[in-house]
Amino acid sequence: MPGQVKRLLIFVVIICVLFVVSRVLLVPEGFGKYGHYRATAIDTIIALPINYAGHIVCNDCHDDIAETKDASYHQGVNCESCHGPSNDHVQSLEEDEIILPSAPRDRNQCSICHAYSPAKATGFPQIDVVTHNPVKPCISCHDPHAPDPPSVIGGCIACHRGITRTKALSAHSNIECNECHTTQDEHMVNPRAFRPDKPRSRDLCGKCHAKGATSETFTKKVDMTEHGVGYLCWQCHFPHHPEAN
Amino acid sequence: MSNIKREFDRRKFIKGCLLGGVGLGILPTLSKMHEVLGSTEKLAEYVPEIRSYGMGINVKACIGCGKCVNACEQENNVPKDPMYYRTWVERYTLLLSGETIVESPFGGSRGFTDTHQESKILKSFFVPKLCNHCKNAPCVQVCPVGATFTTSEGVVLVDKDYCIGCSYCLQACPYGARFMNPITHTADKCTFCYHRLSRGLLPACVEVCPTKARIFGDTKLRSSQLTRFFRQNEIQVLKGGLNTDPQVFYARLDGEVR
Ligand code: HEC
Ligand code: HEC
Ligand code: HEC
Ligand code: HEC
Ligand code: HEC
Ligand code: HEC
Ligand code: HEC
Ligand code: HEC
Repeated sequence: MPGQVKRLLIFVVIICVLFVVSRVLLVPEGFGKYGHYRATAIDTIIALPINYAGHIVCNDCHDDIAETKDASYHQGVNCESCHGPSNDHVQSLEEDEIILPSAPRDRNQCSICHAYSPAKATGFPQIDVVTHNPVKPCISCHDPHAPDPPSVIGGCIACHRGITRTKALSAHSNIECNECHTTQDEHMVNPRAFRPDKPRSRDLCGKCHAKGATSETFTKKVDMTEHGVGYLCWQCHFPHHPEAN
Repeated sequence: MSNIKREFDRRKFIKGCLLGGVGLGILPTLSKMHEVLGSTEKLAEYVPEIRSYGMGINVKACIGCGKCVNACEQENNVPKDPMYYRTWVERYTLLLSGETIVESPFGGSRGFTDTHQESKILKSFFVPKLCNHCKNAPCVQVCPVGATFTTSEGVVLVDKDYCIGCSYCLQACPYGARFMNPITHTADKCTFCYHRLSRGLLPACVEVCPTKARIFGDTKLRSSQLTRFFRQNEIQVLKGGLNTDPQVFYARLDGEVR
């Protein structure tokens, strides 16, 4: 073999060895085991401690509360959503000193979810915190684990939740459904066979809103002969939450 | 004569280098081998699963209570000062004037106060946001050291011990889902609570969501809450045009949301 080829080969070998050596030195351990990354990074991440224990463990000891809650309106609200991270509490039960989770007894804690906001979904139970039984703590009337309202609200809400809730927060909140829909009792039992009336004429709204109507003076009045002529009122105003500037 | 001598010197030098190099190389390699062998035992606990995790977000169900943002902060010790978020909630307010206002005070963690007169609002809604765990993640592609990666479950993670803090990934992320952790000075982001998943728990934000606005699961199972969510809703992703193939899926998303 000519000398220069030999020298070239040696050089190539050196490069190869250097490459292998530096690769072994520089590539961190576990790299490429699962993919183009350090496998041990996953161990580090998996080993991170948890703070939220998850709602399943609570059932082990608080099965009574879990059972009540799961049958109530708050069934979708997990324990730690109200009580905060409770893994410390669960772990501490094996030790001498029990760490108790916080309990949200304050009115503000309920309002975080239930205060009215136009951005909240239609049908979500919302209240006007200022006017809804002011000052008294919510838990004096509603059990947080079974918050059913102490008195059942109407009968229509059972099936017409969205409409009833929407109306409850609107300018029409004090008008009974029957004021606009004549509803036979049978509708409550056999709703499709006995349909309530749906309003047909502008006069329905006019009986309160027409100029000269006998309704309270604070009710806004419009001139029926000029206002929105040619259309039914509810083609512009949503009857269950009438909007106006 | 002097020529030959020089030749010999060079040859000796190269040989010396070669041997020295090999010797230097072998020693640490041996010690390294030991570590590698040792660590395989430790790794045996972690079984990578062939899954495809994803999150569904039902925009209509979100009530903006901010419980998810709080839970994320507390579960993952997300630095509070200055404000950083791994997940956050935005409120979109579309005014009658045609203006769209996007707000996220404290990431939504303290809830929202009404700042606009209701009669001026056309409509308003909340949009929870987080890392989209893209299948074609730009952040993974730009990382120069392989410190950000996608696991076999499709979760995009950051190796904080290997990250050099160059911030390329922050620039690359079209969703603004990453930040520089001011304590470790490395990139940080949502992990889908990978440490909880491996313990069989749900991500903290999903755990505390009261209205099931967040749904977590395997996108490839036929029977799961997530796939039912896919079946029952029209699904959209954020910035679909970028072809990042996000794994966070939105239902009832308004066209205004970016
Ligand atoms: C191993 C049993 C056990 C588990 C699991 C457990 N708890 Fe408890 N918890 C207790 C006991 C015992 C007490 C009562 C301590 C006392 O009365 O002083 C308690 C008390 C509480 C209290 C009352 C605090 C107060 O102010 O009175 C709350 C709230 C609570 N637990 C929430 C939880 C939640 C949420 C979980 C699930 C993450 C959970 N617990 C899991 C045993 C348990
Ligand atoms: C809607 C918020 C909310 C949810 C959800 C909730 N709690 Fe509570 N919990 C409260 C409040 C508020 C109190 C304080 C009640 C009081 O002082 O009368 C409380 C009190 C408690 C207490 C102590 C008093 C008692 O009634 O024995 C325990 C134990 C408890 N909760 C456990 C749980 C567990 C377990 C869950 C999940 C299954 C849960 N809670 C879910 C709000 C909640
Ligand atoms: C984390 C959010 C959250 C918190 C905090 C919360 N709730 Fe609720 N609440 C809900 C959800 C979700 C529902 C069920 C809504 C539904 O059925 O659509 C609900 C339902 C209710 C209802 C039933 C309304 C109805 O008639 O349908 C009442 C009453 C209620 N909550 C009271 C309370 C009280 C009192 C507190 C404070 C102790 C509280 N809530 C705290 C989320 C919350
Ligand atoms: C004095 C007792 C009392 C107090 C205090 C009270 N409520 Fe109520 N709440 C009621 C009654 C009665 C109803 C059912 C009739 C109604 O709608 O007013 C009700 C209804 C509700 C509803 C259902 C509304 C709907 O549209 O279905 C929610 C939600 C609610 N309350 C939340 C709260 C919250 C949150 C607080 C604390 C800020 C609170 N309540 C304080 C008595 C009370
Ligand atoms: C048992 C459940 C139930 C109850 C309770 C109920 N409804 Fe209905 N309601 C229905 C169903 C079902 C329909 C038919 C919806 C459809 O076919 O599109 C309906 C339809 C209506 C309609 C529309 C009729 C139409 O032609 O489109 C009105 C108005 C109405 N209900 C008013 C009321 C009022 C007012 C009450 C309370 C006094 C009430 N409903 C209570 C189930 C109920
Ligand atoms: C101020 C009058 C008014 C009141 C009060 C009212 N409604 Fe209506 N409702 C209407 C009008 C107007 C329509 C629209 C009829 C149409 O579109 O043809 C309507 C339509 C409906 C419909 C048909 C579904 C739809 O959206 O078209 C239902 C169901 C209904 N109302 C239920 C209720 C219930 C339940 C209540 C009580 C919580 C109630 N309404 C109170 C005026 C009223
Ligand atoms: C039983 C009487 C009554 C009937 C019937 C009635 N309203 Fe009203 N309406 C009221 C009262 C009371 C208010 C609240 C005071 C006010 O703002 O005018 C109101 C408010 C309004 C408002 C103004 C809301 C605002 O924010 O200022 C509009 C618009 C409206 N109603 C439209 C209608 C339409 C459309 C109908 C027919 C589907 C109708 N109303 C039927 C009593 C009634
Ligand atoms: C063509 C659409 C249209 C129709 C149809 C219509 N309205 Fe209006 N209405 C409006 C608009 C827009 C406003 C707000 C601007 C204004 O104050 O004139 C309004 C305002 C009102 C107000 C509030 C007035 C005030 O002083 O703030 C009332 C009450 C009202 N309408 C009742 C009715 C009634 C009752 C009918 C049916 C007879 C009706 N509207 C039909 C468009 C309409």
